[in-house]
Amino acid sequence: MAARNVAMREAIRRALREEMHRDENVFVMGEEVAYWQGTHRVTRGFLEEFGERRVRDTPISEMAIGGVAVGAAMAGLRPVAEFMTINFAFLALDAIANHAAKVRYFFDGMFTVPLVYRAASGWGNQATASHSHAPEPIFAHFPGLYVGCPSNSLDAYGMLKASIRDDNPVLFTESIALYPKPSPMPDDLDEDYLIPIGKGDIKREGGDVTLVAYARGVDWALQAARALARDGVEAEVVDLRWLRPLDMALVYESFKKTNRCVIVEESLPMYSFGSEIAALLQENMFDYMDAPIKRVAAEDAPLPYSKDIELLALPDAQKVVNAVKEIL
Amino acid sequence: MAAPTKAMLLDWYRQMVLIREFEETCHRLYEEKRITGVYLHLYSGHEASGVGSMAALRKSDHVITAYRDHGIALILGMDPKAVMAEMMGKKTGSSGGKGGSMHLASKDHNFWGGYAIVGGHLPLAAGIALEARYHGKDDVTMTYVGDGATNNGYFHESLNMSAIWDLPVVWIIENNGYAMGTEVDRASGQVELHRKAEAYGIKSFGRVDAQNALEVYAVASKAVDYARANGPAVIEHVTYRYRGHGVSDKQYDAREDMSAELKEWMATREPIVILRDCIESQYNDVADTLAGHEADAKRIVAEAVTFAEASELPSGYEDLMRNTYVSSERVHKTAHTIGAGID
Ligand SMILES: Cc1ncc(C[n+]2csc(CCOP(=O)(O)OP(=O)(O)O)c2C)c(N)n1
Ligand SMILES: [Mg+2]
Repeated sequence: MAARNVAMREAIRRALREEMHRDENVFVMGEEVAYWQGTHRVTRGFLEEFGERRVRDTPISEMAIGGVAVGAAMAGLRPVAEFMTINFAFLALDAIANHAAKVRYFFDGMFTVPLVYRAASGWGNQATASHSHAPEPIFAHFPGLYVGCPSNSLDAYGMLKASIRDDNPVLFTESIALYPKPSPMPDDLDEDYLIPIGKGDIKREGGDVTLVAYARGVDWALQAARALARDGVEAEVVDLRWLRPLDMALVYESFKKTNRCVIVEESLPMYSFGSEIAALLQENMFDYMDAPIKRVAAEDAPLPYSKDIELLALPDAQKVVNAVKEIL
Repeated sequence: MAAPTKAMLLDWYRQMVLIREFEETCHRLYEEKRITGVYLHLYSGHEASGVGSMAALRKSDHVITAYRDHGIALILGMDPKAVMAEMMGKKTGSSGGKGGSMHLASKDHNFWGGYAIVGGHLPLAAGIALEARYHGKDDVTMTYVGDGATNNGYFHESLNMSAIWDLPVVWIIENNGYAMGTEVDRASGQVELHRKAEAYGIKSFGRVDAQNALEVYAVASKAVDYARANGPAVIEHVTYRYRGHGVSDKQYDAREDMSAELKEWMATREPIVILRDCIESQYNDVADTLAGHEADAKRIVAEAVTFAEASELPSGYEDLMRNTYVSSERVHKTAHTIGAGID
């Protein structure tokens, strides 16, 4: 099948645009999504194409962005609310955690909340501590909310579509570092190409060690796998894609084969994705475990502005290789 | 309020040309990739707003602002060398290279910092003012906040709290017409932004043409006196940003109508020219002093660049971890540390 390289931002734009054409109740709101053409240019051209009714600039009012989306969704719209970056979603954490995630539950199913929060996420480029979070695990903490974190363009396309069409609230994060990154998308892609919520993916097969990752971590894992292959070590890269629900069956299957695991993530190390996967592995796969499970994450510090120490704090492929070598 | 003396006016001129030179140099260094990163919000065009209002303060007063903080730092007398070094993330920077452009601060100058989360510094301002009230001091906290930030919950909660506790804060809304690409009237139901503060019972000193340092000073002096004696005050400064929102998002400001608007502001409401005209209309022996300040600004900023570029970057694990907590021993040996440079 013919394929073409597409940047992740273009894939997300295409998915969103098609969903807006498919369903009149889908609309976007957020800071600078309309006239400015989207801070990350995801919604470029949307205002012109769909008009102000469906492409709504908001004030810098994250708390309201988070909560207005909940009300609109309860009432029957399908909001796609954008947080300019996920750092600002902290201001909306109450609306997200207490209302988006819970109104269905505390009214025992009376309401559904079919919304998507989109948020650009990630570290790097000297954005400084308060603008450098990759805090997906914080949001994945809350039952009632799904969390999707794509690692390439095709996944982003299919995951965003599935998120918009699902009747549950979804937090959908987009790694800033991956926005410009091209990856193949088939030319004759079906507009109904959906990646089911909670379905992970094997991005590379290998029998020696399992690397579990999501979003940008998948890049580091794949780079590390290529480096390890030169030393004769075959790593299997499991891209979980969704932090909630978690496709642990896929991880277990891989782990039964490799008996070793390194977990890779962009976020901070404590109470993290890595902590969760490692805990589940030891609870459920103890008999298959041949070595300690390792975690590669950011260093346990706020992210500094200065570039050398910023890079030092970030995980990278070399750190993944080092961790694998410790357990081989 | 006494009318500003000749010495004051000349010093304002010194501050304003220094800021402009500093900011335009930052702009050039960014284009040349000698300053890196994604955030660099310049104060060019805003000079009179900061200079005129801070002239109403005394040394023991406090200042806090958002990320558009270079000008504020220089007005307070922070060393341009340390500020430029911070832009470059150097160890000799005012925040050791950890904070960068958006996080300048100086305890010695009662400058409590620049903050990057919109509105995030506003409750801090109220807290700093609370300390003054708590200890019976009459120092005020001058707080700069953008037009866009007045739509954020932080603004409303902080202003309301300052009102009920009579906190000596002077809230200065720097209304430069835009929050990134959003015009004030597309984001705020009340477009006279100072009136939002009135809703909480805060004394408003109205709107001021903040391209005119003298007008800014006159109103700020009254507001500062009021805050010292009574409680919070608000002023709305009408100003304009010359270099767009920040370095990484310029295409919006490149639009034709925006460039025309900018040209209009620069041609008719240029704060440095307005001040200069005012000085020259009153005094006829100032040409050398003004020229001297202009030459000094160039020299001082050039020296700052040389200093910053010659300084070292922070490096290694020690520099990364320092000041995560008061005592650094506690973070050095977590179980999670993986990677280069760690024993
Ligand atoms: C809580 C939060 N939301 C969004 C942003 C992104 N952002 C940074 S500056 C800015 C515009 C602020 O405009 P304004 O308050 O008018 O200040 P100005 O930049 O004009 O000085 C936005 C939206 C942020 N830093 N923090
Ligand atoms: Mg503004």
